[in-house]
Amino acid sequence: MATKIFKHIQTSVVPLPIENIDTDQIIPARFLKATTREGFGNNLFRDWRYDNEGNPKPEFVLNEPIYRGKILVAGKNFGCGSSREHAAWALADYGFDAVVSSFFADIFKGNALNNGLLPVQVSDGFLKKIFDAVDKDPHTVIEIDLVDQFIKIVATGEQEGFEVNPYKKACMTNGYDDIDYILSKKELIAEFEER
Amino acid sequence: MGQTLFDKIWDAHVVSSNEGFPDILYIDTHFIHEVTSPQAFDGLRARGLPVFRPKQTVATADHNVPTWDQHLPIKEELSRYQVDMLTKNCAEFGIELYGLGHPFQGIVHVIGPELGITRPGGTYVCGDSHTSTHGAFGAIAFGIGTSQVEQVLATQCLLQQRPKRMKIEVNGTLQKGVGAKDIILYIISQISAAGGTGYAVEYAGDTIRSLSMEGRMTICNMSIEMGARCGLIAPDETTINYVKGREFAPKGEDWDKTVAYWQTLYSDDDAQFDKVLSFNAEDIEPMITYGTNPGMGIGITQHVPETLSFEEKEQGSYKKALNYMGLHDDEQLLGKPVDYVFIGSCTNSRIEDLRQVAEFVKGKHKADNVTVWVVPGSKQVQQQAIREGLDKVFEAAGFPLREPGCSACLGMNEDKIPAGKYCVSTSNRNFEGRQGPNSRTFLASPLTAAASAITGKITDIREFLKEEELVS
Repeated sequence: MATKIFKHIQTSVVPLPIENIDTDQIIPARFLKATTREGFGNNLFRDWRYDNEGNPKPEFVLNEPIYRGKILVAGKNFGCGSSREHAAWALADYGFDAVVSSFFADIFKGNALNNGLLPVQVSDGFLKKIFDAVDKDPHTVIEIDLVDQFIKIVATGEQEGFEVNPYKKACMTNGYDDIDYILSKKELIAEFEER
Repeated sequence: MGQTLFDKIWDAHVVSSNEGFPDILYIDTHFIHEVTSPQAFDGLRARGLPVFRPKQTVATADHNVPTWDQHLPIKEELSRYQVDMLTKNCAEFGIELYGLGHPFQGIVHVIGPELGITRPGGTYVCGDSHTSTHGAFGAIAFGIGTSQVEQVLATQCLLQQRPKRMKIEVNGTLQKGVGAKDIILYIISQISAAGGTGYAVEYAGDTIRSLSMEGRMTICNMSIEMGARCGLIAPDETTINYVKGREFAPKGEDWDKTVAYWQTLYSDDDAQFDKVLSFNAEDIEPMITYGTNPGMGIGITQHVPETLSFEEKEQGSYKKALNYMGLHDDEQLLGKPVDYVFIGSCTNSRIEDLRQVAEFVKGKHKADNVTVWVVPGSKQVQQQAIREGLDKVFEAAGFPLREPGCSACLGMNEDKIPAGKYCVSTSNRNFEGRQGPNSRTFLASPLTAAASAITGKITDIREFLKEEELVS
């Protein structure tokens, strides 16, 4: 089934310089009771974003109007913890197309790739450069090119290449998904079961 | 060159391997539960596909079931709807469901092993990160997202990149009062919450070998807390004896043949690992976490680290964690009053955990300032505990034995720790808000949790055991 196509974006970013952001923070368990994939964006980072009465916490970055953009930039080991794909759904539903960090947890990375949300792993040094640039100018624009696999701070021209599995890259740039691929090999599964 | 245990199992399950593509890996059993499956079933319906191998799919309701009065309809509307949806989907797609009221119902990672579904050499997945638990049998088992749940329902296969291999050895004799939970909390505290990312971890060494299956499951369960794809332990007599005779274990001639195969499942002496780590059992104290990820753990007599001991770029995150926990630099946790004690979760809710806690609390009573919840991992564990009279021991100690489910590990049901309160928990995650909004979690072993419930404050179980030795 077709999924979202991702090739290239150029946008301002939302900085979240916190390490080990787990999927319970991205979407707390009590919001996992929905049975569809839509609407999780409203509760993205719920307990960091709203107080117990549901009022926005002004100091949280998603509530600071100056920070807008389709790229979330976060500290290392982003997406650790629970395998809930709802975390990737929440980020995508909120409007993010990519997450940049110096390290991603395994399951989150796979879930993001399966939902057209690109995880871009950069060096610690480059991550710091992005945070510093956004610190100086909250409107800093970042370019991410999946086809040529680079990320660039547009104003300074500083850029870095990033890795992505060639198969997942083909899926994202063409909008394929894994089930389409495995179904095309279905006779091999039957053969395997015979063995 | 020799092969690792992981590679032996992986290779035996590769349906197809193509340059530039992830392997297509065959999955022996797919466990599903109410929270991460509804969107996958919707996906099947949208594609017009059946469940490819319904007999290799096992379902239970665990994440948001109540743990009191389970015979009554679920009060909370969204939880009830999600559980009903699982029932409906299983009926529509021909999947066996061990739902509420069924004698096999329970936490998915407790029931798989206890029913003999989880076996050496197999491949197991579930839309739940603690699927790594099943690796304790010498199997490949890992958590997946909902798109992958749909993939496995549709094809009984999963596209997977082969991870790197790590061996973690633990050798030596554990101190009295130190157990499997302390070992794994210690390992994670040493290598961090990301130290295992990208690896399949095989646990080895004589300390690991000496553990029961329950202890091995506790270890493998928390592999994900260091980011590992999965954890596994080579099968041996302990494993074989555990599986033998269980509900769905092979029987008769089948059993003999199967056991002969299981005995080939070990890493060869000359197998190459990408990384090898070694730890001494003697260095491990009863462990407790102080922060907001499972890597933030210390020996129970140690002090919380100083902010300045971290690299500058980590200090912000560290201060945020301490602030959330209401702790300060260099604070000692020992003696700190606590409000709740939770004994349960897929990490520590098996019959051995309950026996150990019952033996310790027999004749004691919880402190007045503490609320204690004991939540068995499954209906079978609950029934066994009742047969052994453990429920009476718990009752007398002020530790009511509840009904099975994931409960306060993630607070999807009513079992939530209130804001600002401290809980010593035998579960696996101390993330912010994990046990309820603004709750504060100290992860520890069942014995440390039980001792802390008795005194009402964080307690070194070894002090109790010393005194008891003197008395006896």
